[in-house]
Amino acid sequence: MSSLTPGFHGRPRPQGVALPPGQYVETGFPVLSAGPTPRVDTSTWQLEVTTETGATRSWSWADLMRLPQDEPTVDIHCVTRWSKFGTTWRGVSLDTLLAEVESTADFAMVGSYGGYTTNVPVADLLGGKAWIVHTFDGAPLHPVHGGPARMIVPHLYFWKSAKWVNSITLMPMDKQGFWERLGYHDLGDPWREQRYQGD
Amino acid sequence: MTEAPVRLGARYAMPSRWKVARLADAWEESPSARTLVLEVPGWPGHMAGQHVDLKLTAPDGYTAERSYSIGGAATRSSLPDDATPAGDPAPSASAVGQDGGGPDGTGVTRVELTVQRVAGGEVSSYLTDGFSVGDTIEMRGPIGGWFVWSPERDAGTPVLLAAGGSGLVPLMAMLRTRRDVGDRTPFRLVYSVRRPEDRLYVDDLARLAAAQDGLDVQVLYTRSTPLGSMRGPGRLERRDLAAWGWPAELDPACFVCGPTGFVEAVAKQLVSLGHDPARVKTERFGPASD
Repeated sequence: MSSLTPGFHGRPRPQGVALPPGQYVETGFPVLSAGPTPRVDTSTWQLEVTTETGATRSWSWADLMRLPQDEPTVDIHCVTRWSKFGTTWRGVSLDTLLAEVESTADFAMVGSYGGYTTNVPVADLLGGKAWIVHTFDGAPLHPVHGGPARMIVPHLYFWKSAKWVNSITLMPMDKQGFWERLGYHDLGDPWREQRYQGD
Repeated sequence: MTEAPVRLGARYAMPSRWKVARLADAWEESPSARTLVLEVPGWPGHMAGQHVDLKLTAPDGYTAERSYSIGGAATRSSLPDDATPAGDPAPSASAVGQDGGGPDGTGVTRVELTVQRVAGGEVSSYLTDGFSVGDTIEMRGPIGGWFVWSPERDAGTPVLLAAGGSGLVPLMAMLRTRRDVGDRTPFRLVYSVRRPEDRLYVDDLARLAAAQDGLDVQVLYTRSTPLGSMRGPGRLERRDLAAWGWPAELDPACFVCGPTGFVEAVAKQLVSLGHDPARVKTERFGPASD
C-alpha cells in the first residue's frame, strides 16, 4: 500500500515486542494535552459516576484509597506515535468502581478537571481493561501526567486515558468527546490504527 | 473548553486518505531546521495552526509516521458551509483557489513545513538531510481543529503567541495568515530561542514586525544573546509574559507551542497571571523524550 520513500531505512526494528502499526518505541514519558495542567488537591478531589437515569454516585480520595488496589503493568500507545512498554501503575479497576452501578448504557463519557472529555464504550472499561490510577512507577502520579488520578484504558490510544479524571457519564447512545469531535476516532484501537474518524 | 471549539472543529473534515506529495523546494531555515515545500495534488487547504502526518516507508515495508506543523499561511480562508462529516476523504469544495489561487499567491496545492533536526531523529534526520527536491513522500491532513487561529472567526480578539524553539512554526502560520488577509487584530509574539542563530524565519518575521500594523515581536534568548541585548539569557519567566504579553483583563486568546517543559511553564505562568485556562491553548512537540 505504502509507496517507497527513496533513501529511507529507519531505525533498527524492535525485536520481541508487539508494536502496533505506525508506532515507535519510546522510553521517556512524553506529555501531551490541549491546555494548562489543572492542579487538583486530593482534599477536594472526587469522582462522580452518573447513569443514564441521572442517578449519581461519587467517591472521595479517601473512598478511592479504601477500595481494593490493582497494580497493572501495561503497554501504552499514543496517537502521536510513541508506544511505551511495561508501564507500572497502581489504582482501582473500573470493574471494582462500577460493580454496584446499575446501568444498561453501552457508552461512557469520561470527564476531567479542566473540561476535557473522551468517549469510550462501556465494554472497553470493564473486564480488567481500565483503571483509575494514582501511582506511576511507584510514585504519586505527577500533575502533568494526570495526577492526582487519571483513567488508563491501555488497549486504546492514550487520549482515551483521561488525565485529571473526575466524572464518568453513562450514555445509551455514543456522543463524542473533545478530540473525537475534532476528528479523532470514536474507539481508537491502535492495532487497527484507528487514529482519525474514518480510519 | 468543550462546546465552542468542538462545534467548529467538527467542521474541519479530516481527509484520512494518504496522498503522495513531492518535494518542490527546500531551504535551510536555520543551522538546525529545514523548510520543505511539498506539492500535493488535491490538497483541500488548511487553517493556520494545523499539521500534517508524513509517512516514510523503508524497502522492507517498515513505516514511520510523524506529525509536522504547517508554517505557511492558511490556504483555506473560510470554514466550509457544507461541512462534510469528519473523516470524509473528499476534498472540500469550499477550499479557496484549488489550483493555484491561494491568498498567498503560491497555490493551495503547496504545503510548507519546517522540520527541526533532532539528534538521532529517525524521521527528522531523513527530512532534513536525506530528502531531496523531486522525491516523494506520503502525507495526509490537514489535521487539528483546536490549535487554530482563523481571521473569520477570531479577528478582533487580541492574541498572544508564545513560541519555544521550533514551536514557532504553527504560530508563524497564524502571523502569515493575518498578513495575507490584511487583518489588523492585535498580536503579540513572545519567542524564546536558545541563541540568535537558532531563530527561524528571521527575514519574514522582521518584515512582519516592520509593517507596524499591530504586531509586536519580542525575542528572548535562553543561552546567549545578541550584542546590546537589554535582557540577559534565561528561560522565559512570568515577568516576561507580564511585560510582553497582554493583560488577562483583555481576555486574549493565547497559543503556546514548544517543547513540553516550555509549554508547561508558560501555561502555568499565564494562569497565574489571571488568564482563563480555557483561553490558553497548548501544543507540545520537539523531541518526544523532552
